[in-house]
Amino acid sequence: MKTQGRPTSPVAANDAMQPKTVSGNKALKQATKLIFETGTPRRTGVDLPEPKGRASRLGDHAREGEIGLPGLSEPETMRHYVRLSQKNYAIDLGVYPLGSCTMKHNPRLNEKVARMPGFADVHPLQPISTVQGALELMHELSHWICTLTGMPAVALTPKAGAHGELCGMMAIRARLDADGQSQRRRVLVPESAHGTNPATAVQCGFTVDEIPASGDGRVNLDALKDKIKSDPDTVAGIMLTNPNTCGLFERDIIEIADLIHAAGGYFYCDGANFNALVGRVRPGDLGVDAMHLNLHKTFSTPHGGGGPGSGPTVLSDALKTHAPVPYVVQTDEGYDLVEHKDEVSFGRMCAFHGQMGMYSRALTYMMSHGSDGLKQATEDAVLNANYIQASLSDVMTPAFGGVCMHEALFDDRFLKDTGVETLDFAKAMIDEGYHPMTMYFPLVVHGAMLIEPTESESKGELDRFILSMRHLAEKAKAGEADMFKQAPVHAPMRRLDETQAARKPVLRWTPPVETAEAAE
Amino acid sequence: MRYLPSNENDRAQMLDVIGVKSIDDLFEDVPKSARLKDLIDLPKHQSEQAIEQHMARLSAKSVSASSVPFFCGAGAYKHHIPATVDHLIQRSEFLTAYTPYQPEISQGTLQALFEFQTQVALLTGTEVANASMYDGSTACAEAVVMAKRVTRKSKAILAPGLHPHYAAATQTLASTLDISINEVTPQIGADAGVIDMITDETACVVVQSPNVFGEIVDLAPIAEKAHAHKALLIAVFTEPVALAAIKSPGEQGADIVVGEGQGLGVGLNYGGPHVGLFACRQKLVRQMPGRVCGETVDANGERGYVLTLSTREQHIRREKATSNICTNSGLCCLAFTIHMSLLGDAGLKRMATLNHEAACHMADIIDGIDGTEVLNDTFFNEFTVRLSRPAEEVVDALAEKNILGGVPFSRIAPDGDPSLLLVCTTEVVSDADMHAFGHALEEVLG
Repeated sequence: MKTQGRPTSPVAANDAMQPKTVSGNKALKQATKLIFETGTPRRTGVDLPEPKGRASRLGDHAREGEIGLPGLSEPETMRHYVRLSQKNYAIDLGVYPLGSCTMKHNPRLNEKVARMPGFADVHPLQPISTVQGALELMHELSHWICTLTGMPAVALTPKAGAHGELCGMMAIRARLDADGQSQRRRVLVPESAHGTNPATAVQCGFTVDEIPASGDGRVNLDALKDKIKSDPDTVAGIMLTNPNTCGLFERDIIEIADLIHAAGGYFYCDGANFNALVGRVRPGDLGVDAMHLNLHKTFSTPHGGGGPGSGPTVLSDALKTHAPVPYVVQTDEGYDLVEHKDEVSFGRMCAFHGQMGMYSRALTYMMSHGSDGLKQATEDAVLNANYIQASLSDVMTPAFGGVCMHEALFDDRFLKDTGVETLDFAKAMIDEGYHPMTMYFPLVVHGAMLIEPTESESKGELDRFILSMRHLAEKAKAGEADMFKQAPVHAPMRRLDETQAARKPVLRWTPPVETAEAAE
Repeated sequence: MRYLPSNENDRAQMLDVIGVKSIDDLFEDVPKSARLKDLIDLPKHQSEQAIEQHMARLSAKSVSASSVPFFCGAGAYKHHIPATVDHLIQRSEFLTAYTPYQPEISQGTLQALFEFQTQVALLTGTEVANASMYDGSTACAEAVVMAKRVTRKSKAILAPGLHPHYAAATQTLASTLDISINEVTPQIGADAGVIDMITDETACVVVQSPNVFGEIVDLAPIAEKAHAHKALLIAVFTEPVALAAIKSPGEQGADIVVGEGQGLGVGLNYGGPHVGLFACRQKLVRQMPGRVCGETVDANGERGYVLTLSTREQHIRREKATSNICTNSGLCCLAFTIHMSLLGDAGLKRMATLNHEAACHMADIIDGIDGTEVLNDTFFNEFTVRLSRPAEEVVDALAEKNILGGVPFSRIAPDGDPSLLLVCTTEVVSDADMHAFGHALEEVLG
């Protein structure tokens, strides 16, 4: 390269110089208007043949006029969405320690397998003889799930964790009704539960009776006994997360299951945190009657910015006959589908068989790890969480003493009198290059910070994360509240006004007023 | 194990910092009786290559839609998806992000959702849309539950042209919430009959158009009667491309519009993941289920987007939430939005025209075959044929000839007329495929 006449070393940086650019871009951070502001209805990025002008059978129902959908050419589309993508944090970029959400590495082999034509390009209503490979995969996945959980049956159809909860609670309700126990409509839910638990119970027509936590972050056993004793004939069951949302194993779980069963109820276990147990503990050995698995948490199917998920739900012998349709059965000739409900099945939960695209990914993940790798992954996840807890406990305040499982829970006592709140601390983590932990959940802890590192982080990465967290805790204690209140300053945007968004909801683009008037 | 970065040395150092001797000490809260001593009885870890081979062999045991003349619809539709879509949704920043709870570092997902919501509102002719449900059927079920909240009435009427699986999913959710639903017998040409069923006690009437038989239903008179009795019209669709060709449900007076978005951007995937679309009038928005993204400004006054109205949702309202839904179909929304952005108005309309023309041509071919009768007066890209033999036998015989020749109606409605066949023809079907189907059908019926 010719360097003559071209300066090769920069002048010293002056951080006060922050030019406001004409373009609105900030180097790699490109300003990105809405497609409605850049596209036009006549432009298209898809080449389709000329219509032939064959007769119409639409009757007098044809849509007239423009729909108003802007189109972009292919390069414009590519650029628009690549620019948008660069405004997102992602697991592939850095530590994403959202407690209870299990942001682990998403292997790309899983993506490749999910796109194989025999799984991705088959129709849910093709003749059974033409989908044997897809059914075999579902059968194989069921075998892995039942073996890992120690449960006799699994309903694959639920489309996400909350849908799995619905499946389990519907099965419990169907069983109670079949046994003439329809007066049992009270579901016990610990106050630390995920919001989906009480919402699900209500959606199944149950009432929610909240159980307080004890001082060590677990279910208060005496309170539970009192709740049952107050009216045992109305107890439908309990919804309990294990390990719970404080990241703790419910030590009394077998006794809890026995108490519920003795009262005539069923034990729904929220399996959101099954990744702390795989290969070391089987829910079937804990007295569980129903439990959903989040394939998008424990078994690494990608979260995709909010979904899709998949929530296969394991069922005990007492509940399995009430499972929803459709489900796969093995026959002499191969595999078949049971698609229509009999007298005891509680029915259908969705249009087709659930999330095939997630089954193929999850099974690929399971087989990649194998029995040994799955156990190791569990152990590493628990080890990493405890390492973080131990490394931060002198500068932050762990909510409870002792070891944790796959996630470490802190409260905001260490921020007392600093002027810094959990939210500010989280936003400062963004500037450090980390996605914040889960905040203000679980509700049983003040200003909760729930950190789940997963097994995907190396010790080196954890050490850097710990260093940042210690630095922030010390800054907060040193009285640098302003820095926290301003955070984040390095993100694509500053803090957003959520109050304004909720007060005057603008939920879609509308044409600017001048244009709308001109059009009239 | 290739996915686990720690080695034995790291693990030993970490145990040391924690102050325990072994990993077993971290599981001390597990009751002794439940601690597994041995590895679970499943195969051990395998290489990428071994698994890829295993899965490729499994995949080869199914007949994929692209490999044969293909005419199945009935709730899932085969369309061409531009390569750009699949590339973009596999960007790490979209694929491996969580729900956008931290808006400062999630503007990519949030802006795409805002665009998605606007596209859905425009397509359905409604005011607002949410950020998706699991699929069309669960969106339909949630809409019926929402209608109970809005009207404080608990009788729902399902039209006889509603996809039986949608009716069943709705029945499942409604059954536990004291919502009473009429006995629905699927029937062609009978949807207008719901008008006479609407009374002051009706909370909502649920009508699909194009319906499961492919017929286009005039929604306006149903909306008028429903509104006269303070009931809501819930309009349902299973094929989003149809809405580019026929009058939108919103302009015909629907209060809530729900349906399946899979046809745009999302593959068949053997039934899932798909993407449920959910739109309604602005005034009902606080009763809507699911996440919704809204516009706001940041501390610099710059426009940005956040998840909003979360006081409807389970993580805030718990047992008082409008729904228990949490995870939705995020990445499928993105695929839908990218496909729609590529198409634009002009492209989507042309795609719809090509679908309709192909179906018209296919209907003409079938009509000319002895032992068949096309039953529809109107249709978009699928229609119903009465055959002289049970449709299930015919479809099996066609599959033997490597043609996936539609969906027997009895497959989705076990008590339904076994002679009915649902045939769908989209832009991916060539004229040669249509003629091959016609000849094969002639042979099978002959």
